[in-house]
This record gives sequence, C-alpha cells and structure tokens, in this order.
Amino acid sequence: MKPRSKRLVLVGGGVALLVAAVALVLNAFQQNLVFFHTPTEVAAGKAPSGKTFRIGGLVEVGSIQREADGITVRFAVTDTARTIPVAYRGTLPDLFKEGKGAVVQGRLESDGTFRATEVLAKHDENYMPPEAAHAVEQAHKAGATVKQ
Amino acid sequence: MKAKFLVPLFLFLGLVGFLAFGLTLNPREVPSPLIDRPAPAFTLARVDDPSQPFALADMRGKVWLLNVWASWCVACRQEHPVLVDLARQKVVPIVGLNYKEVRGDGALDARGMALEAETGLAIERARRWLAEHGDPYTLSVLDIDGRVGIDFGVYGVPETFLIDGDGKIRYKHIGPITPENLQQVILPKLEEVRRAG
Amino acid sequence: MIPELGHFALVLALVLALVQAVVPMIGASRNRLALMAVGRPAAQGQFFFVAFAFACLTWAFVTSDFSVEYVALHSNTATPLYYRITGVWGSHEGSLLLWALVLAVWTVAVTVFSRHLPDVFLARVLGVLGWISVGFLAFMLVTSNPFERLLPGAPEGRDLNPLLQDPGMIIHPPLLYMGYVGFSVAFAFAIAALLSGRMDAAWARWSRPWTTVAWVFLTAGIAVGSGWAYYELGWGGWWFWDPVENASFMPWLLGTALIHSLAVTEKRGAFRSWTVLLAIGAFSLSLLGTFLVRSGVITSVHAFATDPKRGLFILFLLVVVIGVSLLLYAWRAPRLSGGGSFAFVSRETALLGNNVLLSVASASVLLGTLYPLFLDALGMGKISVGPPYFEAVFVPLMTPVVVLMMFGPFLRWKGDTLGPVVRRVAPAFVASVAIGVGTAFAIGHVTPRTVLGLALAAWVVLASLQQLLARLGERAGASSAARLRGLPSAWWGMWLAHLGVGVFIIGVSLVGSLQQNLDVKMKEGQRAELAGYTFVFRGVQDAPGPNYDAARATLDVSRGGVAIATLQPEKRLYRAQGMPMTEAALDIGPFRDVYVSLGEQLPDGSWIVSLYFKPFISWIWLGCTLMALGGIFAAADRRYRKLAERRAPAAAARQAA
Repeated sequence: MKPRSKRLVLVGGGVALLVAAVALVLNAFQQNLVFFHTPTEVAAGKAPSGKTFRIGGLVEVGSIQREADGITVRFAVTDTARTIPVAYRGTLPDLFKEGKGAVVQGRLESDGTFRATEVLAKHDENYMPPEAAHAVEQAHKAGATVKQ
Repeated sequence: MKAKFLVPLFLFLGLVGFLAFGLTLNPREVPSPLIDRPAPAFTLARVDDPSQPFALADMRGKVWLLNVWASWCVACRQEHPVLVDLARQKVVPIVGLNYKEVRGDGALDARGMALEAETGLAIERARRWLAEHGDPYTLSVLDIDGRVGIDFGVYGVPETFLIDGDGKIRYKHIGPITPENLQQVILPKLEEVRRAG
Repeated sequence: MIPELGHFALVLALVLALVQAVVPMIGASRNRLALMAVGRPAAQGQFFFVAFAFACLTWAFVTSDFSVEYVALHSNTATPLYYRITGVWGSHEGSLLLWALVLAVWTVAVTVFSRHLPDVFLARVLGVLGWISVGFLAFMLVTSNPFERLLPGAPEGRDLNPLLQDPGMIIHPPLLYMGYVGFSVAFAFAIAALLSGRMDAAWARWSRPWTTVAWVFLTAGIAVGSGWAYYELGWGGWWFWDPVENASFMPWLLGTALIHSLAVTEKRGAFRSWTVLLAIGAFSLSLLGTFLVRSGVITSVHAFATDPKRGLFILFLLVVVIGVSLLLYAWRAPRLSGGGSFAFVSRETALLGNNVLLSVASASVLLGTLYPLFLDALGMGKISVGPPYFEAVFVPLMTPVVVLMMFGPFLRWKGDTLGPVVRRVAPAFVASVAIGVGTAFAIGHVTPRTVLGLALAAWVVLASLQQLLARLGERAGASSAARLRGLPSAWWGMWLAHLGVGVFIIGVSLVGSLQQNLDVKMKEGQRAELAGYTFVFRGVQDAPGPNYDAARATLDVSRGGVAIATLQPEKRLYRAQGMPMTEAALDIGPFRDVYVSLGEQLPDGSWIVSLYFKPFISWIWLGCTLMALGGIFAAADRRYRKLAERRAPAAAARQAA
C-alpha cells in the first residue's frame, strides 16, 4: 500500500471509529440517562411514565411501613409541598431514616405509587443528598413565588 | 505551531470553563441581603387569639428569635424538639411566624377559598399541631398569604431570624436547627448581639 | 508542639520544593552543572521534611491529640491503633499530605534510580516534579492545613468514618496514590523531553519502567478499592461507576494506552507526539480526579466534605499544570512527527487501534462523569448517569480492544501479510466463539452479553496459550525449562497481563450472569435456600467492638447436607458518630463466594437477611492481580537494568571529573 493511501485508510478508520463512538455515546445517553424530578413535578404529571427516573426529598416522618413479607417497604418522599408514596422491595441503606433526605430511583406505577428499584442514602449522616435538598428548595421557591 | 496540536489545549480550556461554572453552583449558604438591616415591619393576628394583633415593634428592646414554621413542613418537625428544649431553658423569646399554613400545603387546594375560611382552617391546624408537638413559642402569628415571609426573604421553611433590640436582623438560619448549630452558631451569636446591645 | 513542628516542616518542604523547581531548570537552560546538581539534594531534603510532617500528624493521631482539629474530627480514643494511623489519610487534609508524601517518594526514587540519565534531562525532570510539589504543598498550606489547632482542644474525637474502618482502606489510598502520582514521573519525563526537544527511543526506554510501575500501583489500588466496595458496602456490588471510581479508572485507561504507545516509541520510534500527549493526558486525568473528588463539583457517594475555595485552588492548579503543558505540546510537538514508518498490516497499527480505542473509552467515561455537571451548568435539569450508560458504551468499545490485544502479538513490527496471520489465529478464534456459545448454553444463560463475555475470555486464554507455544517452539532443542527461562521478562509481563484480562472477563461475565440474591425475613432456627445452599439462621447476639456496638447474627451454611461455613454478619452502630454500618460476612471460594449481610430487625423480632451467591467473583481480582504481576515482570526486564549499569560508570566518571 502506498503511504498516501495508507494514511487515508488510517484517517478514515479513525473518523469511522469516532463517529461510531459518538453514536454509541449518544444512543447510550438517549436510553440511559436518569432524570431527576421533585415530588411536586411528579404530582403535576411532569415525570415520564414508563421510564426510570429519580425522586429526591425527605422521607416523611411516620410513613415507613413494612408489608407482611417483611421485605417490601412503603414510605413517602416529600419536598414539603407534595408527597409521593414509594414502594421498595429489598434492604434499605444504613442511613435511611424518617425525616432524612433520600433519593429513590424507579418507575411510576399507574396507581400513583413510585416503585423504587434503588434507594440511595449518603455515606455521611450529616449530609443531605443534593438532589433531595434541591427538591425541597424548589418546592419552597415555588411556594414563595407561584402560590401567592 | 500547527493548528491540530492546539486541539487538546482548546478541549481542555472548554472543560475548565464548565468546571469553573460548576464550582459556582450549589451554594450551601444563601447570603441574605437583610442582615444588619431593620426587619420589615408587620402587624399580624396571633394564633392563640386572632383578635389580638402582634406587631414587630412590640419586641423593641428585646433580643429575640423569629422562627418560620408551618404544620405541613416536614423539616419543622425535625427541628421542633430543639426549639421546645430551648424554650424550656428560657434563654431567648421565640416568636413563631406561621407561614402559608393552608395555601402552602401541597396536599390542599386553597384556590377559591374565602380568606375567612382559610384563616379559620389555618388557626385550627396550627393549634392542633402545637398541641401535638409542644409549643415553644412566646406567641405565634399567622402569615396567611405569606406576604411577611416574602418581605423577610423566606427561602425555605423552616428559617430562623435573630433580631436585636433595635429591630435589626442580625443573623439568619436556613433549614432546620440542629442541637449542634444551636450550640455552635446561634447561641454564641445571641451572646454577641446581647453584649453589643 | 509536635503539630507546630509538622506545620513548620511543611513550610520548609515548600521552600525546598521551590528551590527544586527553579534552580535546576535555570541550570538546564544555561547548561550550568552546579545549578543542575541542586535538584537532587533539594528533592531529598523535601522528602525528609514532608515525611517528617507526615510522621508528626501520625503521632498526633496515635497519641489522640484532639487539640488538632483534623485529629479531633477523624479519630477517637476508642478507635483501634491501626485505624488511628490510617485515619491520617481518612479525609481531605491528610490525604493531601499523603499525596505530597507519595510525590516526594517518587521524586526521591527518580534521584536514586536515574543516575544514568543525562544531567540536563534529570534536572528538567526534577524541576517539573518540583513545580507539581510546589502546587500541592501550597494548596495544603493555604486551604487545607492538617495541623490546624482546635483551641481549646476537644475532650474526645469524632472518630473516623466507619466505612473507612476496614483493612482494605489501610492500603487502598496509598496504593492508589502511588499510581496516580506515579504518572507524574511519566509526565515530568514527557515535559522534560518537550523542553529539550529530545524525544527518541532512549527517552521512551527511560520512561517505560516508571510508567509501568505507576500503572501496577494504580491497577492494584483500583482492585483493592473495588474489593473494599464489594464486602464493605454490604450488597455485593464490585463496581458502581461512581464519579470517584471513574476518577481513578480514567487515568488507568489512558495509562494503559501510554504503556503500549511507549512500547512502539521505544521499539520503532513511531507515535512520538501521541505518546507525549498520552503522558500529559494520564497525569492530567489524575489531577482532574483529584479535582473532582476534592472540589465537590461532582457529588458522589464518597465525596469528602467540600469547600469551594479548595475547588478554586485545584482548578487553578489544573489550569496551570495542564494548560502550560498542552501549550508546550502545541509548540514543540510539530517537530516530533515522523519516526519509523509502518505498513497498514503491522503490530504498530494494532497498537494504534487499541490506543485510540482506550482513549475514546476514557473520554466516554469522562463525558458520562461530567455530563450531569454540563446539563446543570446549562440549566437543563438535574440528571444522573448510571451504570447502564457506562456499560452500554464501554462493552462495545472494549470488545475490539480485547480482540486486537490478542491479535497484535501475532503480527510483526513494521509490516506483515494478513493472510497467514489470519490463518494462524482462525482456529483459536472460531473455537472461542464456539466455547462462548457452548458455555452459555451449558450454564443455561444465553444472552448476548454472556456469550460475548465468555467468547472473549476464551479468545484471550486460547490465544495466550498459542502465543506461549509459539514462543517455546522458536527455540527447538533446548529443554522446556530452559526455553521458559529464555523468554524475556518483558514478554512474560505482556503475556501475564493479557491473560489477566481474560481471567477478569471470566469473572465479570459469570458473576453477571449467574449471581443470585435473596432477601428474606428470618427468625432463629429458620432456613432459607439459595442456589443449592441452605442457610440456617442461628440467632443474633450482642458483640460490642472497641468503638462500636454490634448485633452479630450467626448463619450455618450447608450444601447437600454438608456443612460449608458459619457466617457472622454484623449490624454495627459506631458510638462516636452514631452511624450504623452493615458488616457483611463472606465465605470465599475459588469458584464462588457466599455472601450474607444483615438488614434491620423487625418489630416481631425477626431479621431481614440478604443472601448472595456470587460465582467466580474472585476471578475479577485474580485477573487484576495477574495484570499487576504482568506489569511487575515488564518493569523488571533486564534491558532496563542493563541500561542503568551501562550508564552508571559513565555517570560516576563524570562526577569524579
């Protein structure tokens, strides 16, 4: 192969690889980004149905209940304005507590319950997950400006 | 200098731009423009006796705390025992500002509700809540439409303002008060204000 | 008093670092031997003072001196001694001190083992390392002094984060930092080469062992970190694509590319500007990782407490170090093009292909890590990028890497003909696909991911065997032991590391396909079944530790009536911070782990227990171990030692003169 055509093949291969990689990344983003919504947004129907997303907020005090199997847990996540009921099957993280911040990931069922596949709490007890703090903040901002 | 060798540098500079912007996000503390300014004047009805008005000026000469709360506020429940405890020690008078008791509650639809009906409901809810969780307040006032809260720049409930004898806001605490920040920040600040005044 | 001495030692270290950064550089540009010679003692002195400061902080931890704020926040009198010592690097300030110490260790290693380097070159290398050290020591002294006093002293400390009170955390940070910071040596070599305009095979040969050793540390550090996550986080995951993990994984990917690119530059003189760029990139990503972890720009499950001022300082450091080196690159690299030419079908092309793929993979991890930040910065909402993204991008990118990785060694340098090589590897390739499909059916888990993983693993193993047999066949006549010994250490290094990738893939694929998990409510005497194992719950006792209270459950594990293990998972409550922790219990085996973690107690007195069956999971770490071992073999190759021996007398003669 002549140096010129060799160079062409290498550059062409590189460009093709890059295009493939970009396509791969975009496709993965398209399908796998997990959006974050506040309970108020979920209550307003702004959350996607049939897609995985996250809700952040405080675990409402007194809301944690266990079903008879002992494994399924129900609780409510609130941003102080709206509250979303959550069902989760599995072990809860050590730092999951009523009145503390938590982020749940899962899907919204047709009955309005959020079926969580993952419950996240932080590694530091003093620290509220930023997404949870964000949700509470948003709710307050909305409360201060919209609901005059 | 060939252009293609500059590509990594430009990519990096773009990245730095984003990182620098990222650093400015998510401020943990929100500076209040009201610090060391006179607190916005208000006159509001009391929760325990709505016929009696309470005015900011009534507290002139005292150093006191104004605590913004509502029965629908989850974080308020979290800080409430701290306040009850503080009230028991009688260190400082605490005035409660009950903020948008009815229309702030996402679970209720207050639109179209007459103001009187809303006030009645708010009083009932606030009293029940205080009876249930304890009442640390010297008195609580009703901010039905949230106007006073907005004047105070309330950002999220709960919030607590430290107001001095001249009626100036000297400190603002956002979010629930924990025993730690009460001991480490609020009480020392209170001492400082008292000594200065 | 001792903390003040430590603080003072840090100031002295900073002064010496400045000397090390400035004087040899001036000497190198004016060709003054006396000035260049300052670098070595300055570096060694700096090491002494940083080590002294480190010892002072350790002393403060050992004696529980709670008048030092950092100690009061991260230790406690009840904390066991070894966790008091590891508490030194348990948080921000101390881990920076560890960073500085590790950098000083690497710098001293350069002064000791690089006697064969030309003086001008060594002076520049030390100068660059000195500048990095100045940056970090200044960062520490200005924003994060670990010796900050707390007056009056606290009566008791807050204790180290319980998650870090684990044997894995004793060695994970030092190993990881040795890796991260080790790339600074490759970086310094690259910058020195750019400055001097000398960038030839000799430069690549000097750089290679340093880069490889740093890579070995990084590999080991990441592996230990992942092992820690596996048993400490309590649910048996071993990699989470968490921003902090990604921060260490990106330099690893680029470092892997760098090692291979250096090989081409050494053997064939090609890819020179590319190699330099990779050296800059690997270290830049290490710095970026530090920025991401320290600044709080990205919130992660294990981000340290954060402070915007610190973030700004590191960002500034990042801009100076990376910006200046990329500018230098743009200025000097155009002169580096050329080098050995090669045909399209050649080992160079295979290595180039892998290099590009690894870099793209690294970029895609970077993108996934920073994308939430981008969207947030643009006000487009809050999102999170989870494992599905990384897996969707990473698997397709790594598949050709693994195929090429085993194909490359069959190709000759410079040029080869495709036909015969393809015919040589075709049987192994076809057999691999067959094994992949066959095994997937045999284990009853036929998914594209499983088939792909098993086929790739088979390909690596078969092609490795074929390569070994081929190399042994070259020396017909000698005894097989002599033939094995006759192969160069560097070749063994490559072979082992590549084989390690295969073993790793076996682990990842099988645990991904066959793992099982069951959450059950258990009472004393109750049993549960999982994957053919029987678990009998024997109840829970109190088991207080030195600085925690614990409930310890006992479970008897048996299989087909044969007792296998007694596992005792714990639920701990660390007293000082009031923080609960799950301590899993494992029965580790070569072909499977049985993993039990204790959940919470229910009002009726029963406990929630999570049972896991993790087949072949230890192969993941076995694979990492083989990779690291391969790196050690590669770095120990005789030709590097020969190089040192040959140059040493010359250097001695020069010094005597």
